[in-house]
Amino acid sequence: MMTVGLFVPCYVDQFYPKAAIATLELLEKFNVKVSFPAKQTCCGQPMANSGFSHLTQASDELFTEGFAEFDYIVCPSGSCVLHLKDHLHSVKHPQKAEEIRSKIYELVEFLVDILQVQDLKARFPHKVGVHQSCHGLRGLKLAQMTELVAPGFSKPVHLLNMVDDLEIISLSRKDECCGFGGTFCVTEEAVSVKMGKDRVADHVLNGAEYITGVDLSCLMHMEGILKRQGSMVQIIHIAEILNAN
Amino acid sequence: MKDHSRLSEVFNEDEQRVNWHDETLWWIRQKRDKAANMLPEWELLRENASQIKHHTLSNLANYLEQFESKALANGITVHWAANAVEHNEIVLSILNRNGIDQIVKSKSMLTEECHLNAFLESNGVGVVDSDLGERIVQLAEEPPSHIVLPCIHKKKEEIGELFHKHLGTAHGEADPQVLTEAARQDLRSVFLTRRAALTGVNFAVAETGEIVICTNEGNADMGVHLADIHIASMGIEKIIPKRKDLGIFLRLLARSATGQPITTYSSHFKTPRLGQEMHMILVDNGRSRQLGREEFRNSLKCIRCGACMNTCPVYRRSGGHSYQYTISGPIGSILAPNLDMQKHADLPFASTLCGSCTNVCPVKIDIHNQLYQWRQVLVAAGKTTATKRWGMKIASTLFAYPALFGAAGKLGRSLMKITPYLFKNRLNPWYHQREMPAPPEQSFREWYKKQRNNKD
Amino acid sequence: MTMANSRSKILEAVKLSQPAFSEIITANIPQSKENLPAKFAGASTNVGGKFIQLNTLEELKSYIAENFKRTGIILSDIVELSDFSVLEIKEMDPHSLANVELAILRANLAVAENGTCWLPEENAIQRVLPFITQHLIVVVSNDAFVPSMHQAYEIIDQDIYGYGVFIAGPSKTADIEQSLVLGAHGPRSMTICLIQELNNKEKR
Repeated sequence: MMTVGLFVPCYVDQFYPKAAIATLELLEKFNVKVSFPAKQTCCGQPMANSGFSHLTQASDELFTEGFAEFDYIVCPSGSCVLHLKDHLHSVKHPQKAEEIRSKIYELVEFLVDILQVQDLKARFPHKVGVHQSCHGLRGLKLAQMTELVAPGFSKPVHLLNMVDDLEIISLSRKDECCGFGGTFCVTEEAVSVKMGKDRVADHVLNGAEYITGVDLSCLMHMEGILKRQGSMVQIIHIAEILNAN
Repeated sequence: MKDHSRLSEVFNEDEQRVNWHDETLWWIRQKRDKAANMLPEWELLRENASQIKHHTLSNLANYLEQFESKALANGITVHWAANAVEHNEIVLSILNRNGIDQIVKSKSMLTEECHLNAFLESNGVGVVDSDLGERIVQLAEEPPSHIVLPCIHKKKEEIGELFHKHLGTAHGEADPQVLTEAARQDLRSVFLTRRAALTGVNFAVAETGEIVICTNEGNADMGVHLADIHIASMGIEKIIPKRKDLGIFLRLLARSATGQPITTYSSHFKTPRLGQEMHMILVDNGRSRQLGREEFRNSLKCIRCGACMNTCPVYRRSGGHSYQYTISGPIGSILAPNLDMQKHADLPFASTLCGSCTNVCPVKIDIHNQLYQWRQVLVAAGKTTATKRWGMKIASTLFAYPALFGAAGKLGRSLMKITPYLFKNRLNPWYHQREMPAPPEQSFREWYKKQRNNKD
Repeated sequence: MTMANSRSKILEAVKLSQPAFSEIITANIPQSKENLPAKFAGASTNVGGKFIQLNTLEELKSYIAENFKRTGIILSDIVELSDFSVLEIKEMDPHSLANVELAILRANLAVAENGTCWLPEENAIQRVLPFITQHLIVVVSNDAFVPSMHQAYEIIDQDIYGYGVFIAGPSKTADIEQSLVLGAHGPRSMTICLIQELNNKEKR
């Protein structure tokens, strides 16, 4: 049986446990042996994207030790996965770190590419807007990017299409950034919020009841704006939809 | 000095105007998409262009010498300027030698980079910018806010006001057709009376010693062909090896810039007109240093199309002036710190690293990766704040110890419930325009421990 | 002198900084050669140009008579048009061309993908002429059409010129709020005229 180490990013662990639970349950539905190593915290991205990549050594070592033993590592966040794929290094176990970089998957790409899920038995009777988080999109290539002249595809939409009674709404800007951007959301507060407001408006005007995506960081930012606006539109991680009955 | 963040805050005070700015530039991005999608070979073209530039940078010294010798043989005088000061001195000395105190200039971001206009004016030489957008910002006494669309930040009513004051158009006249005609009449007399014309360079062909200048208005040609002296300023990265390489670059440039299949004019200057003097100034000004920075040298592939600006969600909502550098937007943010790390330390952080810039770049510069790399270089060089440094130290310590992280998380979530005012206040930039996420009863790790009887 | 010093300084710095030599690796880009005049017509219209097809230069004469002011100065080096145009242009001071109403010039190449025409110096007669004239007509023959810029440069590659220009439609600007205005500094209109009878030999 395939073993999977579940990596739950720091802020998902603390603020969005439901998404992590849904990820765990979803993976277990497909006969995967999932473990959650207790010795895990953060991928190190908050430091690295702020220019402090030299401060990620401790979390890198922790990650490498905690996850080396699994066949695959799965995480419900495109951004954290991309960071680890690109930047995980270990002084103590360089080989293990390198292996992790090639066997770590964002949840959606794991379901589509590794488990090759064809059928989901999920139901979510709502109008849903799909937010294409940038790191999942342009980093992990979970979907085709509008900038390129190339055939279209979308792994998240491929899975969402298996969910009963779910309607995907169309957007005027298919893959524009929401403006979260890690520490950018506070260091460049004005632009960050404006980007978020514009992204949210696109979903709201096109009739979304829920905004979903592969990254809760983006969704948390948009949720903050929706709540401040007093909007009824909610955010939900894609794992929760794919696991909804 | 106000940084990008502060200037963006000011720009965002007028939300309607931000919407207008964003939508105008997004429209250009869409035109670019449409033009690119008409060519099935688009991605191949980008790859070819990137490869040619890569090769050129790897052989740049030879190509520069080849270009120089061909240009000399073509009857062009070649000058070399190590920096902006030398460039400006060379221009002035050519003008002084010929007793010229008024010139016409077509668009050249390099002369903006060198602050040539201010230098010449302080030395008694009048400069008229002939590109309409450049002329408008010149009259407004502002720098361009975009390398291809210099006055994209200005509304037509504001331009009407400027023209009323400087060109005598009717008060309240804001019709682009009428305003353009007024500029045409005004600049025609300038073209006909200036003895020296200064231009930039889009491409310099090593094999033939010719330069190519692309415009839509025809202003570079109007200036040059009516002047006794043509001075062309170019950065040393403008070299391409062969004339036939132009086929690739000209197919990419305008489509990326504005969505046009090609600019109206692509003018090839190989020899001076009979009786005309032609000068080429090859300018380094930090480029050889950037070439030596392995992680940033690809930025020298840039052909100045501006596509990265049009697609950048931050640029569209902060405006070109918030970057405080001649070249704004993503590409400017990886070029500027090379010239002055201290002054431009804010720019690599003025991005969400969304990566759209990299995808539209016609020469495939990995712009967003270079922004990330600049952040590392800037922090290592100490160009950061004490608050950030301590914040990051504390965070990295928490992340080093799972138990500590778990406890701190729990404490934080309880505090959010018990003492929400600690978070919901004006000192928290998140809370200024966004609600805090609702803290759940238990974290995932707490739930997992209980539900799955996990030890530890 | 600083200039001489700067030259060696720059070249030295570049040599030290440039990466290891790498060969150019470029892929071939195939182009369809079908329907070139029709494709050109579409592309040319898109860039603000006007494309017409006539059988003879005689027909062009009547076209000009119907569509352009005969009061303005008309310049052309096409002998067949000499009864209403000035031929001796080459020796004129470029400034004296300021009042030209219409120039009729020949182009060697017409590029189907983008509606652009190639005019080397000898076709422009005076470098400033295609710019300073209020209106521009460019005459092309059937064999002038190429699919894309790649084929255009294959031909131009062999050419010897001091100056040459690709022109795509009338002079234009969209600098004011992205509103397209034709006639920025150069011609307010550009007409590209395919003359069926013309062939390369007759052009020269």
